[in-house]
Amino acid sequence: MRIGVFICHCGSNIAGTVDCPSVAATALTYPDVVFSTDTMYACSEPGQDAIIQAVKEKNLDGVVVASCTPRMHEQTFRRAVERAGLNRYMFEMANIREHVSWIGKTKDLNTNKAAELVRMAVEKLRRNRPLFAKRFETVKRVLVIGGGVAGIQAALDCADGGQEVVLVEREQSIGGKMAKLDKTFPTVDCSSCVLGPKMVDIAQHPNITLYTCSEVESVGGYVGNFQVTIRKKATYVDWSKCTGCGLCVEKCPSRKHPDTFNEGLCTAPSINIPFPQAIPKKAAINAASCIMLTKGKCGVCAKVCPVKCIDFEQKDELVTVDVGAVVVATGYDLFDWHKYPQYGEGRYKDVITSMQYERLLSASGPTGGHIKRPSDGKEPKNVVFIQCVGSRDRSVNRPYCSGFCCMYTAKQAILTKDHVPDSQSFVFYMDIRSPGKMYDEFTRRAMEEYGAQYVRGRVSMIYPQDDKLIVRGADTLAGTQVEVPADLVVLAVGAESARGAVQLGEKLRVAPDQYGFFVESHPKLKPVETNTAGVFLAGACQGPKDIPASVGQGSAAASKVLGLLSKKELESDPAVSRVNPGRCVGCGKCVQTCPFGAIKMIEDRFGNPKAEVIDTVCQGCGICTVTCPQGAIQLEHFTDNQILAEVNALCPPKMFANFE
Amino acid sequence: MHNIAYYPGCSGQGTSTEYDRSTRAICQALDIALTDVEDWSCCGSSPAHTVNHVLSAALSARNLAQVEAMGMTRVATPCPSCLSNLRTATHKMKDPDFQSKANALLDTPYRNTVDVQSVLQVLAEHVDPEYIKSKVVNPLTGIKIACYYGCIMNRPPALMQFDHHENPMAMDNLMAAIGAEVVPFPLKVECCGASFGIPRGDIVHKLSGKLLDAGRRLGADCFVTACPLCQMNLDLRQGQINDALHENFKIPIFYYTQLLGYALGLDRAELGFEKLCVDPRRALGKIKQPAQTR
Amino acid sequence: MQIFDLAAADHAFIAEVQARSHQDIKTCYQCGNCTAGCPYTFAYDYSVSQIMRLIQTGQKDAVLKSRSIWLCGSCQSCTTRCPNNIDVALIMDVCRHMAREAGYATERAVKVFADSFLNSVSRYGRAFELGLMTEYMARSGRIFTDVDLAPSALMRNKLPFKPHRIQGRDQVARIFERFRKGGAHA
Repeated sequence: MRIGVFICHCGSNIAGTVDCPSVAATALTYPDVVFSTDTMYACSEPGQDAIIQAVKEKNLDGVVVASCTPRMHEQTFRRAVERAGLNRYMFEMANIREHVSWIGKTKDLNTNKAAELVRMAVEKLRRNRPLFAKRFETVKRVLVIGGGVAGIQAALDCADGGQEVVLVEREQSIGGKMAKLDKTFPTVDCSSCVLGPKMVDIAQHPNITLYTCSEVESVGGYVGNFQVTIRKKATYVDWSKCTGCGLCVEKCPSRKHPDTFNEGLCTAPSINIPFPQAIPKKAAINAASCIMLTKGKCGVCAKVCPVKCIDFEQKDELVTVDVGAVVVATGYDLFDWHKYPQYGEGRYKDVITSMQYERLLSASGPTGGHIKRPSDGKEPKNVVFIQCVGSRDRSVNRPYCSGFCCMYTAKQAILTKDHVPDSQSFVFYMDIRSPGKMYDEFTRRAMEEYGAQYVRGRVSMIYPQDDKLIVRGADTLAGTQVEVPADLVVLAVGAESARGAVQLGEKLRVAPDQYGFFVESHPKLKPVETNTAGVFLAGACQGPKDIPASVGQGSAAASKVLGLLSKKELESDPAVSRVNPGRCVGCGKCVQTCPFGAIKMIEDRFGNPKAEVIDTVCQGCGICTVTCPQGAIQLEHFTDNQILAEVNALCPPKMFANFE
Repeated sequence: MHNIAYYPGCSGQGTSTEYDRSTRAICQALDIALTDVEDWSCCGSSPAHTVNHVLSAALSARNLAQVEAMGMTRVATPCPSCLSNLRTATHKMKDPDFQSKANALLDTPYRNTVDVQSVLQVLAEHVDPEYIKSKVVNPLTGIKIACYYGCIMNRPPALMQFDHHENPMAMDNLMAAIGAEVVPFPLKVECCGASFGIPRGDIVHKLSGKLLDAGRRLGADCFVTACPLCQMNLDLRQGQINDALHENFKIPIFYYTQLLGYALGLDRAELGFEKLCVDPRRALGKIKQPAQTR
Repeated sequence: MQIFDLAAADHAFIAEVQARSHQDIKTCYQCGNCTAGCPYTFAYDYSVSQIMRLIQTGQKDAVLKSRSIWLCGSCQSCTTRCPNNIDVALIMDVCRHMAREAGYATERAVKVFADSFLNSVSRYGRAFELGLMTEYMARSGRIFTDVDLAPSALMRNKLPFKPHRIQGRDQVARIFERFRKGGAHA
C-alpha cells in the first residue's frame, strides 16, 4: 500500500503547540507511508488540491489527514480523495486539534501525541477497503411534532413546498403558547389575530393532516423511511361529526376542573372547546372530571348534542404513517415557581405567573380582558413584576437566561398602564436583555412613556399584610432594601424544556442537553439539524426562543426538509454491520440487542437460522458486534482488526507481551 | 420510650428557666426520657462564631464529646442557637483538617458520632400527633396563636435539615393538634434582632416590633416561640419596643412547651407562666374551659 | 463618597476571604437578593451585596472598617436565598474575624458584648448573664444599658445572682487558652 500523510497547521490552532513538520517527518517512518508533508490549511482549496495532486503524482492509494475533528471536515476530505480517483473510505483522519493542540500546552508532549495519533490512523488505513454506498428512495411526507407557532410555520412551509405533512399536537388545539398570549412584543399587536389565520391555514391546507390530542408513540426506520406510530387519545367525541356548536359545553353540569388553557385561573366544563379560535374547533371530554366517565351517570352532553357525536366508549387509537423526515417543534414549558418558597408557594392568590397575567389581559380570558386580581376581583393599582423567576439561578438548576422574559415583562407593564391608567408598575430586574430589532427601544418606552418603575435587584420575599402583598427587594443601584405594598405580583417565569421532551428524544434518538432541550448538530452552522439524519428542530424545544426566532427556525427546518426530500434517492452509509454466515449459529442475540431493528433472522439454503443485516436500517452503532458470542458480525470500516490495529499502534509492547 | 441526651443551654438556667422546666415536663408526659449531658458547658452561642469558627466548634464539641462519653448518639436541645452551634460543629468537623484543629483545643477529642436535634424536631418527627391529641385534657379551643420560629431553627436548610426553611409548620401543627387556632403568620423565620438587644437595642426594637405588628394585624392573642432569645426580645423587651415605636403591644409570648404542657394538664408550677413579663392571663382566659365547649 | 482605585485591588485579601470561607466570591452576580432579605440592612453602612462587591474588588479597608460586618445577626436569610448558593452569612462571619484580627471594632459595643460573653464562659464554663452584663457595662461605659429591664427580670428570678460553676470549667478555660496561644485559623 502507498499512503500519503498530511499534517495540518490550522493556522496557529495546531501549529501553535504542535511541531507539525516534525510530526510529518516521523510519519514517514511508519509502514506503507511513502509521502508525508505539513500544510497550512488542509481544508482550504489549495490544501485539497495539494492532496489530490499528491495522490496522482505519488500514485497513493490511501490518505491520512491529521487536523481537526472528523465532525468538521471528514466529508470534505472524503470528497477530495474521491476527486483524486480513490474510494472515499480509503481515507483516515487524526484529530490533533481538539484532542491535542487545544487541550495540551507542552509542545514536546503534544508533538509526540500527535505523531502517535497519526500512527494509529495509518495502521487503521492499512486495513481499510473500498466501500460503496447503496441508494434508496425516500418517502415524500414529513412529520411535524408540535403545533405551536414553530411547528405551524414548518408544517405550512413544507406543505406549500409540495410535501405531505402530518402534524401531531398533544393538546386539543394547535396554537401552543402563542395562542394564550394577549399581545406580542415589540409591536403590541394581537397575538391571536396574527396566529389565527395561520391556524386556519393548517386546517384547510390540502397537504396537511392534523392529529390533535395525539402523541408520537414510537418511531422506527431511518432518514427517508421512518415509520411513526401516533397515539390518538380518546376524546369521547366523534370528531368526524362534531360541528363545534358548543351546546354540550354550555350544558355540561361538571364545571369544576381547572381550565388549563386559562392557566388554572378559572374552571372549565368537563366537555370543552378550549378557546374560540381553537383548531380543530371540536369538543373533547376531560375523562378525569367527567361525571359519566367517573361515576357512570349523567350523559347530558350526549342528550343535547344535535349530531349525536358523543361516544363514551371511545378508546385511544394508534395510527401508523411513513414519513421521510421529522421536524420536532415541541416547544417549552413554564418553570414551576413553587420552587421559590419565599414567594409563597401558592399560599398567596395574588401572586401569579406571567402566563396567567396574559390570560387576565386577554379579551378571551376569564375576566374578559379586565385586570382583576384573583383574590377579590379588585383592579390592582400597584403591580409588581419579578423577573428571572427560574432563570439565571443556579440554586434551582436553571442557570440559563430564558431570553424573552425581559421583553414580555416590558409589554405587560405597558399593557397594565393601558388597562388601568392610574396603576403603577414596578419591575424588579437583574439586567435588561433586549437584543432584537426595536426591542431595546420598546423597554425604554415602558419606562419613559408608560412610567414603569424599573428596580435593579432581586426580590427576597413576599408576604401578605392586610389586603396587600409586601414585596421586599433590593434596589442595588440605590444600594439598599426596598419594599412595595403590591396589589398584584406577576412572576416572570422562565422557560424549561417541555414535559416529556426527554422521552420523545429517546424515541427519535435526539439527545437532550442537561436541561432537556434538544441538542442541535452544530451550534452555529447546523442550528436546526440534529445528529440523527432526517430529524430537524424548530423553536423552543432547542432552547428558549421568542416568536420571531421560533418562526424563523420553523421555516429553516422546512427548508432542510424540502432540500432532503427533493432528492430522488439518498445514499446509505456503507459503514454497517455484516454477518459472516459461516460463523453465525443463529442464536438471535443480535436481533434482540439491536436498538434499530436492523437485524432479521433468515434461513440459509439448508434451513439453518442465520442473522441478516438490513443495510438501510443499520446505523453502524456496533452493539451487535460486541454482543455476538461467535464474533460473526463485523462492522464495516470499524472491524475488530482495524480497531485492534489502532490499539496496537498505540501500545505495542504490552499488547504483545500479554497476548502472544 | 425514647432516651435522648439533653442539652439545656445556658439561658435555661437563667432567663429561660420556664422553657427548660416546661420542656422537661412535657417530655416526661410524652414518654421521652431526657438524660442531661453530664457537666455540660456553653456551646459558644452567637459570640463565639463571630470570633472564630474553630473556637466555636471546640466549645460545642466539648459537649458532644460528653455525649459520646455517656455512650449516647443523639442529643436534643430546646434552644435553636445551641442547636445551630452544635450542628455547625458537627458539620464542620466532618472535614478532617477542621476536626483536628478543633480537637487540638479540647482535652477529650470529639469523634463526631452524635446526631443533634431540637426538642421540637423530636416531638414533630418521633411522636405520633394522635398520641399527643389523646393526652390533651385542656384543649386550647378559643385562643389564636401566631407561631414564630425565629431565623435559625430551620436555616440554612442544608445544615438544619428540619421542617421548611421559609414556612415551617412543626409548631403550627402541634398547636393545632392541641386545639388552638393558628393564624397564618407570614414572618415565621424573620429575625427578631438576635443578640443585639444589649449592644444595639434599637435594632431589636425595630425588628421585634415588626413581628409584633404582623401578629397583631392577624388578631393573634399571643405568640409561641421555640427560642429563648426570640422570647426575651419579644417579651422582656416589649415595653422598650412600645416606648421606642410609640406602640402599645400587650402580646404575651409563650414558649410552645408551656402551652403544650397546659393542654396536657401538667402542673402549672412546672410551666412557669409567672415568669412571662407580658401578662398572659388575658390570652389564657380566651381558652374555653372543657365544660363550656361541651 | 469614597473613590476606589480598582487597579489597586487587594488580591491577597480576596484570596484570604475565599480560603477562609470556602466560597467563590466571583460567583456573586450582584442581584441584591441578600440585601433584599437582610433584616439588618437599615442599620448597615454598606448593604450585604455591597460588602460582597467590595470583596470582589479587593477593597479590604472598606470591608474591615465597615459597621455592617459587626451588625450581621447571622440569621441566614442571605445564605438561604442566594441564587448562586453562596454562604453569604459565612462570609460576613469571616470578615468579622479578619476585622478583629486587624484590630478594628467599628461597632465597639457589639465587640465588647461578645468579649464579655466569652470571658464569662471562659471563667465559669457557662454564660453567667448577670456577670457578663456587669462586665459589658463596665467595659463599654454604657452603665445604664437595660436598667429598665432589671426589675422585671429580677422580680421573676430570671437572672440568678450566682454563676453556675461547672466541674469541667478548667477544660473550658483550656479551650480558650489553647485558642489564644495557637491563634487557630479557619
